[in-house]
Amino acid sequence: MPLTFLSRCLAWLLLSLGCAAPALGLTPQQARALATGEAESRIAVLNQVLTGADEKTVALIQALSDDAVKFTETAVFVMRDGKGYDPVSGGELPVPDTAEDVINNNQMRGELDTALASIKLFSSDAKVRAEAAKTLKGEPDEAKLPLIEKAIDAETVPAIRSALEQIRFAMLLGSADKAKRLQAATALGASGTPATKTLLLERQSLETEPDVRAALAVSLRAIEGRLAWGERLGVIFTGVSLGSILLLVALGLAITYGLMGVINMAHGELMMIGAYATYVVQNLFRTYAPGAFEAYVLVAIPVSFMAAALVGAGLERSVIRWLYGRPLETLLATWGISLMLQQAARSIFGAQNVPVENPTWLSGGVDVMSNLTLPFNRVAIVVFALLVLLAVAALIARTRLGLFVRGVTQNRRMAACLGINTARIDTYAFALGSGIAGLAGCALSQVGNVGPDLGQSYIVDAFMVVVLGGVGQLAGTVYAALGLGVLNKLLEGWQGAVLAKIMVLVFIVIFIQKRPQGIFALKGRSADA
Amino acid sequence: MKTGLGAPGWSGVLAATIAVTAVVPLLNLAVPETSALHLSDFYVSLLGKILCYAICALAIDLIWGYTGILSLGHGLFFALGGYGMGMYLMRQIGRDGQYKADMPDFMVFLNWKEFPWHWAVSDSFVAQMLLVVLVPGLIAFVFGYFAFRSRIKGVYFSIITQALTFAAMLLFFRNETGFGGNNGFTDFKRILDIPITHQLRVLLCVISGLTLIGFFLMARAIVNSKYGRVLQAIRDAETRVMFTGYDPVAYKLSIWTLSAVMCAVAGALYVPQVGIINPGEMSPAASIEMAIWAAVGGRATLIGPIVGAFFVNGAKSWFTVAFPEFWLYFLGALFIAVTLFLPNGLIGLLRRPAGLIGRVWRKERS
Repeated sequence: MPLTFLSRCLAWLLLSLGCAAPALGLTPQQARALATGEAESRIAVLNQVLTGADEKTVALIQALSDDAVKFTETAVFVMRDGKGYDPVSGGELPVPDTAEDVINNNQMRGELDTALASIKLFSSDAKVRAEAAKTLKGEPDEAKLPLIEKAIDAETVPAIRSALEQIRFAMLLGSADKAKRLQAATALGASGTPATKTLLLERQSLETEPDVRAALAVSLRAIEGRLAWGERLGVIFTGVSLGSILLLVALGLAITYGLMGVINMAHGELMMIGAYATYVVQNLFRTYAPGAFEAYVLVAIPVSFMAAALVGAGLERSVIRWLYGRPLETLLATWGISLMLQQAARSIFGAQNVPVENPTWLSGGVDVMSNLTLPFNRVAIVVFALLVLLAVAALIARTRLGLFVRGVTQNRRMAACLGINTARIDTYAFALGSGIAGLAGCALSQVGNVGPDLGQSYIVDAFMVVVLGGVGQLAGTVYAALGLGVLNKLLEGWQGAVLAKIMVLVFIVIFIQKRPQGIFALKGRSADA
Repeated sequence: MKTGLGAPGWSGVLAATIAVTAVVPLLNLAVPETSALHLSDFYVSLLGKILCYAICALAIDLIWGYTGILSLGHGLFFALGGYGMGMYLMRQIGRDGQYKADMPDFMVFLNWKEFPWHWAVSDSFVAQMLLVVLVPGLIAFVFGYFAFRSRIKGVYFSIITQALTFAAMLLFFRNETGFGGNNGFTDFKRILDIPITHQLRVLLCVISGLTLIGFFLMARAIVNSKYGRVLQAIRDAETRVMFTGYDPVAYKLSIWTLSAVMCAVAGALYVPQVGIINPGEMSPAASIEMAIWAAVGGRATLIGPIVGAFFVNGAKSWFTVAFPEFWLYFLGALFIAVTLFLPNGLIGLLRRPAGLIGRVWRKERS
């Protein structure tokens, strides 16, 4: 890769620089100075050769960066496939045993990287150039100013050009010329990155000229405003993201507890089953269909639903069925189930967390602002939660099964008289709630750890959501989940994660004092039940 | 005092008193170690631990079995009592800690120069023992007042108590709270300037046993009094009790607070015997396990929870040594089996052994 890339670089260099700057070429003295001596002197030479860099210089810098350079008292060798080459002539040289490796310290390494990046600024590939501009942004160094200016002149893509302009201004900020500093200070106000803010702040503490100071202050305020917006949006997004997870967890509970009145303490373990199902599907894909690995999540969604739903149906038939109308006993029995399921997960998959990998289309994120990146997996969960919510709402409100579930909830005897098999409806409804828990587990496997304790960490929160939202109310569950998610993240920014959680719990306890029926109280006849 | 125990009951209490005050110390201290009758230190500490657990089970029974309120947060009160005792024990370590400093090790580690406010009276045994009772009592009272006044009951109450102990656990995990964070308190050296030796542990075990017997007699008196009858009426039909002119809030609040204090005392007795207290005691799982002790033994009987505590914890100490990986299966199965097949617990099984299977079957079919 480096070779083809370098030749492309070379072509560009010859075209763009070849006539503009005198092609100095690499001298043996420079090559030596680059490879040996103190870091400071090497950096000075590096900046010096960079302006007129030819193919050989680039090759040497690349080799230095790859730790593939050796030297003796008299010569420097670029190592390739175990053979030594002369950096200037390119000819093969015998490498004596006494040759030492060139050691780069961190500073030198950083300089080599920026040097390579600034060479890449002249690549013919716009993507490479944009990437290079991003790298250079981190360390504005006035020594590279001429190079950047040259690159700006040559740049045709407006976005990269403006990025380069920003870098140029950042470099100019330390300039001795007051007018240039003033210009840079004003121009940098258009940026919105935390790095620029630090740069401006640094400059502000050094600056003596009043008008430059004023310009700096104006720019700083503009940047801070933009950054604050990014932060605020970031908090809201993480809040919504947490809220959507809570929603997924609580939706299943809203059915089993809200509609059926079953306190299912094993709900978290049903999520765990969904997450482990995802893990198993992932492993099967990796072993039997590595080509289709990207799509494993799509298969894992129905599998995790079915796995959890089947376990749920089994539990309903074997245990929970006998405990209807005795909520406290249900609570204890399902707790027992949760203990057994956890231990079963430990026995089968081990006590350690298992790795679940995001497919590539779920990793990474989209940069909305300079300090706000929305990770794809989180965005996907928000969307997924929304889809599940719509599906559940439609199922309850529009389908025959939903009608039966509502009928049995409202008046079991009457429903039975009308010929509904209430026992079967109970099983279906419980399986549905469990299946949704499995979906939640599948979603969680994409953002968090998958282990036997997965369910425990969400179960208290999920019950809080259902209690807060009001029993028997999907809308209440939605508002409560999103509200708690955002509230939690807002408080987290203010007081840290643990105190935020405690405050939320205290808030819920107080809220329940005021409105024991939750945000949305049932009205009319069903309120008595 | 109307305890309704009768002659066999009183003989049982007497036998239990003799057992803990005389037999256990004798078997441990006087009988030589080589003898088959010798009770090893391990069993003494296990017995002491289970006696404390039995107090908790009894406390749970008073509010759950007799008043119908299931608390999933009693571990909080147990742990608070334990922390109250632990603070005193930490001060008793004096300069014998790792850092040889006046402050407890974890404070030295956090580079604290003076005690936080809630440690103000921690060097006085009397004051700290008062706090052991008062702090959990007050927390239970305030929490119960608001909960019962808003008529939060049933599962709602259970879940909120669980949230309460969960929140407290998170709080106690923090170093800033001043309770030693994750590690809690440990490495105790002495009580009342007496070094904690195995003789002292035997004494603590005896005190735990006597406390349990005392609480048992008190609970007996309570449930047989008019007050206790009202509690049971509240359990069976709270609305009717209210309409008859009683105020359920006062009754529920008083028994709830008493129950919390009993747990706190158990916690305070527990900590010097096991030598450690950490926020793990506040985890929701610990609290829910207490409820299962009462359920296994038999709710609404007073001897049942004690039997249950012994049975479950005895099984636990055997299982975790013999088959560690099967303990949770067993505990889980116990939860299910008790709720499905033994609504009256082991005591119910003992009382009417005949026809049990048939009756359970009929009950489920109906």
